[in-house]
Amino acid sequence: MTARFEGIDFYDVDALLSEEERMVRDTVRSWVEDRVLPVIGKAYVDRRFPKELIPEIGELGMLGANLPEEYGCAGLGNVAYGLIMQELERGDSGIRSFASVQGALVMYPIHAFGSEEQRAEWLPKLAAGEKIGCFGLTEPDYGSNPAGMITTARRRDGGWVLNGAKMWITNGSMADVAVVWAQTGQAGDARGIRGFVVPTNAPGFSARDQKGKLSLLASDTSELVLEDVELPDSALMPGSSGLRSPLMCLTQARYGIAWGAVGAAMACFHEAARYAGERVMFDGPIAGKQIQQVRIADMLTSITQGQLLCLRLGRLKDESKMTPQQVSLAKRANVDMACNVAREARRLLGANGILAEYSAMRHMANLESVYTYEGTHDIHSLVLGQAVTGLAAF
Amino acid sequence: MNIAVCIKRVPDTGTRIRIAETGDGVETDGVKYVMGPYDEFAVEAALQLAEAAEGGEVALLAYGPPATQEALRSGLAMGAHRAVLLAGEPTMDGWATARTLAAELSGWEADLVLFGVKAVDSDQQQVGPMVAELLGRPCATAVSSMDVSEGVATCRRVVEGGREVVEMTLPAAATITKGQYEPRYASLRGIMAAKRKPLEQKAAKEAAVELVVEALEYPPPRPPGRILGEGPAAAAELVRLLREEDKAI
Ligand SMILES: Cc1cc2nc3c(=O)[nH]c(=O)nc-3n(C[C@H](O)[C@H](O)[C@H](O)COP(=O)(O)OP(=O)(O)OC[C@H]3O[C@@H](n4cnc5c(N)ncnc54)[C@H](O)[C@@H]3O)c2cc1C
Repeated sequence: MTARFEGIDFYDVDALLSEEERMVRDTVRSWVEDRVLPVIGKAYVDRRFPKELIPEIGELGMLGANLPEEYGCAGLGNVAYGLIMQELERGDSGIRSFASVQGALVMYPIHAFGSEEQRAEWLPKLAAGEKIGCFGLTEPDYGSNPAGMITTARRRDGGWVLNGAKMWITNGSMADVAVVWAQTGQAGDARGIRGFVVPTNAPGFSARDQKGKLSLLASDTSELVLEDVELPDSALMPGSSGLRSPLMCLTQARYGIAWGAVGAAMACFHEAARYAGERVMFDGPIAGKQIQQVRIADMLTSITQGQLLCLRLGRLKDESKMTPQQVSLAKRANVDMACNVAREARRLLGANGILAEYSAMRHMANLESVYTYEGTHDIHSLVLGQAVTGLAAF
Repeated sequence: MNIAVCIKRVPDTGTRIRIAETGDGVETDGVKYVMGPYDEFAVEAALQLAEAAEGGEVALLAYGPPATQEALRSGLAMGAHRAVLLAGEPTMDGWATARTLAAELSGWEADLVLFGVKAVDSDQQQVGPMVAELLGRPCATAVSSMDVSEGVATCRRVVEGGREVVEMTLPAAATITKGQYEPRYASLRGIMAAKRKPLEQKAAKEAAVELVVEALEYPPPRPPGRILGEGPAAAAELVRLLREEDKAI
């Protein structure tokens, strides 16, 4: 029997976690080990999100876990929430993406901007995994610059009519509910952007699977089309006000991604270190060769840095002191780190590294999506550049 | 129905055990501790029995150092209602441990007392039956599944070549082994709820130790493998060695 995954903890970061945070982490870790790892390689090759895991993800309380208990959520702190993301992404970025979208991009806005009726109607079911949600912000022609979106929401008979298209929408085809961002004023008016809670069975709403992906294959990525979708007035999230509302959601999701990336990197490191010890070439394990030791040392160093970055960010978030710019730094640094670790792990594994039986190449391909979504690496560079220089270079 | 489950804090089964310099114990530095895996089966069994009875309380009892609280919390997170920690230093003397636990349990009103069939560190399988004896209760050991109805516990045991069904009247005790019971994950809500559940710590009334470990040794290193030859020609020699040297066939 191979030893169970123990995480990477070169700096005794465990000692900085509370007992409850460690318990949450260990629970999710065992669950991923038992339920995700045995099925994920095949699901990936079959280009299928393993939907059968959703009930357990909900039952264990992994969805919107940092939201309050009164809505059926686990009411965890932000470090525990981050550790959930870390462990889920150790399984696969697709599984973490599912949970990120559901929790940070659907449940969070309904909780933060929704009416009490919207919260009561959706949050308990979303927390339990009985209903699935998606978040539609990106459009075919408005990716990094969502302020320019052309999906419109217009008043009609006391309600709203939505028209437009959203692209690259995680969970899009399997969702029961979509949080859709639309322009209620003139195109380009960032203040006119409002959020709507749209049941996906509303007439005029359709979703289509995005074909041809080479990354995040165990994830549902879809295009949404809204054609004269008529909604009651109550579909508007009353607290949503301008582009800053979806950006607040993205800050939540990116926070989780910064943790998730560490998990993907740990998975790759763990696999590479073990493989190096077992693979004998030129009369000895490749772990005993200096070049591979440099690789391993680099991976260990950057994972440890990423881990400490997340933990500090989480404590700031718990104290309500975290800024969006700090989240940009962590998302940018950690995802880039994970991309590098995954690529080096894949190389260390030689030919085996290209197989679905190992995880490095799957993570490597996944992380290219993570690098791009939730604000590309470049866009976060510009956010940080602006934070330092005061000059917007977008 | 009230069920008590005795649990022990043991090194994680993945831990590499190193013998301490004193030679009569193991190095505890850097060892990760968990609730005993068989004790997890017992907790699961207790929770299922309480659920089937639609009521009653599952209480955990542990005897160990203060850090045992963590193992108790994980049982509370699985769903147990309360926990008691008898703070002390259990030794390899199962008889002393049993008397310490029984002294506490004699004040409890538990219809059933459950144990893991063994603790994976000492591997002695003594404590459950000894506590039952001290409490004057019948005890079924190595139970793979059980249910309770009208004051009678029906226990199924896997025995060599078959299955045995035993019945005992409550109050009773049982030790649980891997069988039907797949320990549930502590849900994250359960972990939060566990913080608010009562966990009482008190000094153990430790019984005198009458058995001590003299020495611990590592198993002898495995002899290196031998290559007998290749292809069908080697088969006869392999069979001969398996029969004559290893007596494996
Ligand atoms: C798998 C996947 C899932 C996704 N899920 C969702 C989802 O659930 N909901 C949702 O709304 N969106 C989702 N997205 C969309 C994602 O957020 C966008 O792809 C992302 O914002 C980038 O937009 P774009 O692809 O249009 O790239 P573009 O904005 O066209 O960028 C192209 C390139 O130009 C660079 N660039 C852009 N602007 C500048 C600039 N000013 N200066 C310098 N360089 C610049 C970018 O960094 C990038 O390298 C998902 C994407 C993927 C791949």
